[in-house]
Amino acid sequence: MAQRITIDPVTRIEGHLRIDCAIDNGRVSKAWASGQMWRGIELILKDRDPREAWLFTQRICGVCTTVHAIASVRSVENALNLEVPLNAQYIRNILMAAHAIQDHIVHFYHLSALDWVDVTSALKADPKKTATLAQGLSNWHLNSAQEFTDAQNKLKGFVGTGQLGIFTNGYWGHPAMHLSPEANLLATTHYLQALEVQRKANMIVSILGGKTPHIQNLAVGGVANPINTDSPSTLTMERLFYVKTLIDELGAFVNNVYFQDVCAIGAFYKDWTAYGAGVTNYLSVPEFPMDTKGTVFDLPGGYIPNGDISKFRPISGFQDEFIRKGVQESIKHSWYDGNWTRHPWEEDTEPHFTEFQDDGKYSWVKAPTFYDKPAQVGPLANVLCMYAAGHAPTRKYTDKALATVSSLAGGKVPITALHSTIGRHAARAVRAAVLYETLQKQWQALIDNIGKGDTKTFNKPEFPQGEIRGVGLHEAPRGVLSHWIVIKGGKIKNYQAVVPSTWNSGPRNAQDAPGPYEASLVGTPVADPEKPLEVLRTVHSFDPCLACAIHMVDTENKEIVKVKAF
Amino acid sequence: MNILVLGIGNLLLQDEGAGVRAVEEFGRKYLPPPGVELLDGGTSGIELLQYIQGRDLLILIDVVKSGNPPGTIIRLQGADVPALFQKKISPHQLGVSDLLAAAMLTDRMPRKVVLFGIEPESIGTGLQMSGKVGGKIGRLADLVASELVSLGLNIATKSAIPYEAKSALPDADFVAAGAALR
Repeated sequence: MAQRITIDPVTRIEGHLRIDCAIDNGRVSKAWASGQMWRGIELILKDRDPREAWLFTQRICGVCTTVHAIASVRSVENALNLEVPLNAQYIRNILMAAHAIQDHIVHFYHLSALDWVDVTSALKADPKKTATLAQGLSNWHLNSAQEFTDAQNKLKGFVGTGQLGIFTNGYWGHPAMHLSPEANLLATTHYLQALEVQRKANMIVSILGGKTPHIQNLAVGGVANPINTDSPSTLTMERLFYVKTLIDELGAFVNNVYFQDVCAIGAFYKDWTAYGAGVTNYLSVPEFPMDTKGTVFDLPGGYIPNGDISKFRPISGFQDEFIRKGVQESIKHSWYDGNWTRHPWEEDTEPHFTEFQDDGKYSWVKAPTFYDKPAQVGPLANVLCMYAAGHAPTRKYTDKALATVSSLAGGKVPITALHSTIGRHAARAVRAAVLYETLQKQWQALIDNIGKGDTKTFNKPEFPQGEIRGVGLHEAPRGVLSHWIVIKGGKIKNYQAVVPSTWNSGPRNAQDAPGPYEASLVGTPVADPEKPLEVLRTVHSFDPCLACAIHMVDTENKEIVKVKAF
Repeated sequence: MNILVLGIGNLLLQDEGAGVRAVEEFGRKYLPPPGVELLDGGTSGIELLQYIQGRDLLILIDVVKSGNPPGTIIRLQGADVPALFQKKISPHQLGVSDLLAAAMLTDRMPRKVVLFGIEPESIGTGLQMSGKVGGKIGRLADLVASELVSLGLNIATKSAIPYEAKSALPDADFVAAGAALR
């Protein structure tokens, strides 16, 4: 008998997302993703000074503060054709890369690992066997039997208090949980270590950004970090070398723990490479500009249609018409007034709420398209594009991940396996390893440039009288972020943010083609409709962050899973 | 004493930002004694872990829906704090109860946790708070000061500067941005 399940809200994400699935013969046959909050940031920014927009946009979301600040200043710089001094680019690049690594680590361990790892099973593990398993993966100094024993005792105490807190909503003992007790203890111990490690990334952001949460050092035209290698009140060599120490501590965890854990868990759940592909048009933008104009980048970006990496087309930079002209959003299935498909510069924001209509309007999220097609964004899109572009570090870590999984799983796992739920986790780990190399490179570039005597960090923006338009592009942890701005006479006339989770969680578009979440769920097996763990695995693999895709109306008194027969 | 006064909330959603506004107001009105830090936590989750770990006292200020009339202020402490937030489905990826649980897991739970919660009236898009909540921001700041005084700390007031509910963002944001533009 066909069933309909409604998960509302999806937990362990930022923001409020509802997922509906029709289930036929134990598999999802149709899915709907519905953003349950409405975004109104555009309305707050209208008529404001474009130079202060970033201070507001970084408040949209509690997780992605830095990324919305960056995209906002870039949108204004893009409209003005304003160059950004090299030091400012490098400082921003270090901030972005450190933030992204923190985001990837937290996503894997604290937001999605509990879909795959059974904490209660970890209590039954043998710490010595766990150490043997861990030492086979890497020589991380905290992979000793003593560490695993300590972690297990701590977990026992924690579970004993009855306050599972952070571990609530885990589907312990679910038939889709496959890890051995030892693998569960390994992952849970690293979960605890990751809590401490993520702080190091945050410290980098605080040192360069002046403050977290909500950095203070940005400006349209550069950064507000005065550089003086001697003065203790500015960015000094001592501070910069401390940043380097933090970068390396972060890198050690990424390479020896995060990357290895994802490979090991991926091998245990090899069957999940067959689920969750969904939309295989992949979009990413180049990131980490190495010149003042935004034309030379450390990491490439571009577009791959239909999962065919031989058809990759690069995006050259912030002025590339290919991306500037290709993006549109449709509101046919979204709670806005009318039925149009428009370029972000031409959009308006007129809310029009109806009930949840399966074939009509059912989400606050608009449906973005790239040349009329839905596209998936995020680390998988980014890694596949960089791989297609021949980016050496990406090739190195992707090949390493596939080889490690193949050897652990006892059979060759091809690159096409990445088009999947587990593939999105693998790509995020590959990207974290690539970002560590980028961080080192950006840090060295900053030191070298200061060494040449260049201490410039800011170019003053000048606004013309007429109307100008710009886009701020950023390859954020969750994928392509774009802020589209129209400025008239030095004031904001229109502002639209097309965020990564809009691309991925968007509803059906003008042609009724489903968005990436919706498409990826079709075919997913669901063993127990009351406990739709498998659905959550795929949704969580995108790292949903709906707070900026939309915003809060009410979050109280909702049931989490509702099942009904048709 | 090692104390953090942490305001949580989203300034773009009217009353949702009351916790952050109250911390700003405290900083505007009082000189925090040595050992007392103020933090605008925004809506951040796990990023706040490093700031709360190992504190003798964590004073949280947040919007809380407790079913009381808008503007009602409640005070909770100890185990009641995470319990309260567990019932609320947080719009944030890791809510306050998760944050406290994470601190416990790292063995660096604040020794004491006190929450001042205020009942919101309006959480639509906008920078301005409702009158019922905006009018209580000064009271929230005074309550935090009394809490600190009750621990034997000396709190000095700055010269009286009236609180303006209309101020868009924390002063610090504008100072930093202004400095960059000059």
